[in-house]
Amino acid sequence: MKSLIPIDKLQIKNPIKLYSGEYIDSCEVAFKTYGTLNKKKTNAILVCHALSGDQFCSEINPLTKKQGWWNILIGPGKVIDTNIFFVICSNVLGGCMGSTGPSSINPQTKTNYGLKFPVITISDMVKVQEKLVTALGIKKLFAVIGGSMGGMQTLEWATKFSNKVNVAIPIATSYRHSAQNIAFHEIGRQAIMADPVWNKGNYYKTRKGPTGGLSVARMIAHITYLSERALQRKFGRNLQNSDFFSFNFDTDFQIESYLKHQGTSFVERFDANSYLYITKAMDYFDLSAKKGGLSKVFKNSNVNFCFFSFTSDWLFPTSETKTIIKSLNSSNSMVSFVEIKTDKGHDAFLLEEPEFHATLKGFIQGQIGKHEI
Amino acid sequence: MKKNLRKDLFIISKLINDKEKILDVGCGSGNLLDFLLKTKKAICRGIEISQSGVNDCVKKGLSVIQGDANYDLDDYPDDAFSTVILSQTIQAMIFPDTVIKNLIRIGRRAIISFPNFGYWKVRKDLMLKGKMPKNDILPYEWFDTPNIHLCSCKDFKIFCKNNNIIIEKFICLSEKGIEMKTNYLSNLLAYQVIFCVSKKNKN
Repeated sequence: MKSLIPIDKLQIKNPIKLYSGEYIDSCEVAFKTYGTLNKKKTNAILVCHALSGDQFCSEINPLTKKQGWWNILIGPGKVIDTNIFFVICSNVLGGCMGSTGPSSINPQTKTNYGLKFPVITISDMVKVQEKLVTALGIKKLFAVIGGSMGGMQTLEWATKFSNKVNVAIPIATSYRHSAQNIAFHEIGRQAIMADPVWNKGNYYKTRKGPTGGLSVARMIAHITYLSERALQRKFGRNLQNSDFFSFNFDTDFQIESYLKHQGTSFVERFDANSYLYITKAMDYFDLSAKKGGLSKVFKNSNVNFCFFSFTSDWLFPTSETKTIIKSLNSSNSMVSFVEIKTDKGHDAFLLEEPEFHATLKGFIQGQIGKHEI
Repeated sequence: MKKNLRKDLFIISKLINDKEKILDVGCGSGNLLDFLLKTKKAICRGIEISQSGVNDCVKKGLSVIQGDANYDLDDYPDDAFSTVILSQTIQAMIFPDTVIKNLIRIGRRAIISFPNFGYWKVRKDLMLKGKMPKNDILPYEWFDTPNIHLCSCKDFKIFCKNNNIIIEKFICLSEKGIEMKTNYLSNLLAYQVIFCVSKKNKN
C-alpha cells in the first residue's frame, strides 16, 4: 500500500488545534488537483470524499490502477468539467492515503501513531482543507461538493467558512449521524477491535494488520450503502459456483461472494485504525448541536445550496435532507433540493444516475452565470 | 422574454413590484420566476413536484426545492415572502383549504389563479352534452385528471368570506387570455381567474 508513487502534499507548519483540544504537529495534507486554476483563482471546486474515499477522485487512481471514485462525474467535458474548473480533492485528516492519520509516523516518538493519534472530527478535517485551499492562493471556492461524509464536510464548509464558498452541494448526507448510523459504525469498529491482530491499534509491524476485522467492518457497511431491492435485483438467491448447496460454510450465494470481495479488496487499500477514527468523526458530527440549533448555523448565509437525496437511500434518507431544507427555508437561504428516484441506495451518488447528473450539471451551469469565474 | 411566458403568468407578473420576495408554488419549469428575477429583480424561490421541472429551474440558476405543496408548505415560517404565487395548481391540491391558509401565512399576500368552473362553456358541456367539461386548461378526461378540487370563482369568493380572507384584487381572463372587466357576470364569462388575497388583521 505504501507506494513509490509521488503524492502531492502540503506540510502545515503550525500545530493544528483540534476540536477535542489536542494538537497535531507537522500535519500533512495529501491532495490531487485536476484542471487549471484561472488567473483570478475563482474557478476552484473542492471535492470532499466519503469514508473510504481518497484524493484520487478523477482519472485513474495511480495506486489501485482503477478509475477514480468520481471519475464518472469529474473530468474534461464531464458534469464537473475540468476544462472549466480547477478541482481540488484532499485525503481527509485521519486518512491513510498520505494525509496525517493513525498510520503516520508520530514526529515525537518516531513510530506510528496508532491509538496515540488524537480523535478527530469533521470540523477538524475541514480545518486542514481550509489551510490547503488558502495555501493554493484561493480566497473563495466556486463550490464545495461531496456525498455522504463528503456531504458533511460540505455542510461544515458552508457553515464554518460560508464567506469562502459560493456554492455548496451536499449529496446523500445529513446534518448529523443518526442512532442507526452510529450503531452500524460501532459494529464495524467492534469487528476491527475484536481481531487479535489489531492489538489495541499497535499492528504496524505485522505484515497485514487486522484484515479479518476490517473486512467484516467493510462488509457490514457495504450493505448499508445498498438497498434491499438492489441486492435482490443484482443477486437474488443465485448460487455462486454450482446449482446445489454445498452443505458447508464455504461461499454458496453470490451475495456472499460479493461481500467477501468487497471486504478483501478494501483491506488492500485501507488502514483499520483510520477506519476507527474516521467513523468516529462521522458519529460525532451534529450541526444541530451547535448553539441555536440548525437554523442558527445557516442564518444570513450567502451560500447557494443544492441538495440531492436518493429515494432508496436508507442510510441518509430524504427526511434527513428535508430537515436541513426546513432550516434553510426558515433562514431565507438560497437552496435547491432534488430527490432522485433510484433503487441503488446510498451508493447511488457514486454511480451512473442520469437524472442526478443532468440536474447537477444544470445547477452548476446555472451558478456559473451567477458567480464570476 | 415575455413571449415565452403564458398569458396568465404575464398578468400575474404585472402584479409584482420590484425587488419583491417571491415564492412560486408549483413553479413548473421556472419561467415566471426567471421572468420576475430578470425584470423585477425579485428574490425568487420555488417549489415544484416534478423532477423535470426542478431540473429546468436549477439550470436557470433558480433556487427551487422538489416538494409537494400539500405537505411541505408547513415548513415555511410566517411572513417569509412578500408574495406567494399559486398558478393553475389549487384545483389539483389534496387539501386546497390548508394550502390557501398556508399561502397567506407564509406570504403577506397570495396570488392564486385557476380555471373558472362557472364559465358558461363549462356549464354548457355538462348541461347540453351531459359530459364532463373539457377545454384548453381543463384538457383531461374524467378518469385521468389531476384536477380533483375544481371550483367556480363564486365558490372561491364564498370560501374567502367564510375564512376571513381578504380579496385585494380580482382579475378575469377570457379564453384568449385577455383581461376582462369584472362585473356581476364574471362567474359566467371568465375563462380563468386570478385572485390576490391576504389574511385579515395584518399589520
